[in-house]
Amino acid sequence: MKVRESVAGRAAAMAVMFLLAIYFLLPIYFLLVAATKPQGDLASTFGLAFSHFNLFQNLGTLFGQGNGIFALWALNSVIYAVLGAAVGTLISALCGYALAKFRFRGREFLFSVILGGVLVPTTALALPLFLLFSAAGLVNTYLAVFLPSIVSPFGVYLARIFASAAVPDEILESARLDGAREFRTFFSVAFKLMTPSLVTIFLFQFVGIWNNFFLPMVMLQKESLFPITLGLYEWNGQTARIPLLQESVITGALVSIVPVIIVFILLQRFWRTGLAAGSVK
Amino acid sequence: MTDLATRTTPVSKTATRRRRHRGGGPRAGTVVAFLLPFFVPFVLFYLVPVGYALWQSFLVVRRTSGEFGTPYTTFGGFTQYAQAFQNTEFWGSIGRIGLFGIVQVPVMLFLALAMALLLDSPMLKIKAFFRISAFMPYAVPGVIAAIMWSFLYSPQLSPIVDLLQHLGLQPDFLGPGAVLWSAANVSTWLWTGYNMLIMFSALQSIPQELFQAAKLDGAGNWAIAWRIKVPIIAPSIILTTVFSIIGTLQLYAEPAVLRQISSNISSTFTPNMLAYAVASGNNYQQAAAISVIIAVITFVLSFGFMRLTSKRAGL
Repeated sequence: MKVRESVAGRAAAMAVMFLLAIYFLLPIYFLLVAATKPQGDLASTFGLAFSHFNLFQNLGTLFGQGNGIFALWALNSVIYAVLGAAVGTLISALCGYALAKFRFRGREFLFSVILGGVLVPTTALALPLFLLFSAAGLVNTYLAVFLPSIVSPFGVYLARIFASAAVPDEILESARLDGAREFRTFFSVAFKLMTPSLVTIFLFQFVGIWNNFFLPMVMLQKESLFPITLGLYEWNGQTARIPLLQESVITGALVSIVPVIIVFILLQRFWRTGLAAGSVK
Repeated sequence: MTDLATRTTPVSKTATRRRRHRGGGPRAGTVVAFLLPFFVPFVLFYLVPVGYALWQSFLVVRRTSGEFGTPYTTFGGFTQYAQAFQNTEFWGSIGRIGLFGIVQVPVMLFLALAMALLLDSPMLKIKAFFRISAFMPYAVPGVIAAIMWSFLYSPQLSPIVDLLQHLGLQPDFLGPGAVLWSAANVSTWLWTGYNMLIMFSALQSIPQELFQAAKLDGAGNWAIAWRIKVPIIAPSIILTTVFSIIGTLQLYAEPAVLRQISSNISSTFTPNMLAYAVASGNNYQQAAAISVIIAVITFVLSFGFMRLTSKRAGL
């Protein structure tokens, strides 16, 4: 009796999880199918079945659109996200390490200010930042998106937890006794010990910047500075007037998510350490 | 006593600092050098904008004389806030986002929790596949996710609409009543896997011995899940709830994309869209007041929720 019950339970659990997996994968599968179709087949054929294989022509149209502006958007997204996350991770690591390993007055106060920063809705910052940046003449430049992106209070929070866990005080003490300066100790000893967790911080910040839409939308008018998200959003808004753009929106969406999904799957273990640490109170 | 002494005489203050340094810690200058690279941009791009928005929200634009006088900015007290609270579009956006949050956040977190518990139980096979497929949407930017779903909602292109029509249904995902839930679905699709993984990671760090005793007592998988696992990972559930509340109040990209294909989303559909629309009309002071209200609601709800739950759970 009990065995049969558990077999039924297992089957039900598997069925539920399969349904959910279909839910999560369906839009991505649809995009994949749609990106291989000629524009004319989009409305006339069933959305989940392949028709004429036209992917390469679609890619050609996509990258030819507006003098190759899509490649520029992709490059911009990479610049904002890779550089921003690299700089952001470094400054978060320095700060989190100092908060974990140095004893100084006001330490807990600074940490609670940073934690408060985690709760600040970043979109509420974008409009005042726009006014400040336009006064400083920074609007419509790379810096307008790059500079605010490097700040990640959540990254500092993670770095502090990771530094406490990964860098033993004894190693630091012995490095200090050897006469190493604090910065040298950090870069030669602590940095290596923290590397796996720094990858996690980098990934979180990379995705945050890559997915960011509101800040670039507020800051940028010049198309040549757009990240992919903003560029595709603009194109999508024009499809009512230029229906032929629809296929490029679809192909562009596919091109923009595939590399990130691959990186995600390859670097899975780093997500799990980060998410586990993030949930420690 | 020492505290008082250090506060009154600056000499002893430096003395304590020097003494501490001799004890082996780093110099004050070194500490500052580690902190500054983060704190300079943090202050400039986080704290200053918050302060500036607050300041702006207390200003009003007046004219020297009548309709055609020269405009000038002056202190207006709570004028902007009063104006926001009298604006029916403001209350409309708050109402929509409230309804959205009350339904979408619990549905998403319940799904995430159920999936995490199933993945942590011995009930499933091919767990890696389920885990990855659920987490994959997190790699998709909100705008792109909304564009993808808008194709699945559109009556011309959607295979889902096709299938439902074959069953004799006439779905209208972009209709006035449905469009809010179509946006909610995009958020759920995007964030369920992320929240699931936070909860799952917490479940994985529970020592197995904890369950052995319960199993010996004859507790089934359900009892272990609800009575033991869920209470232990309560902090993770609270964390995901707080992040979801923050995310909901900032909602912009998904409804903005759906607005491109549906006339049932106004330019002031969510508070954030309203703030942007008002700022686009050059009324920055009013936009600042709306931004401040959104931030205050976020703080009150997330702190309030943390307070409430930590008392209940005795954490």
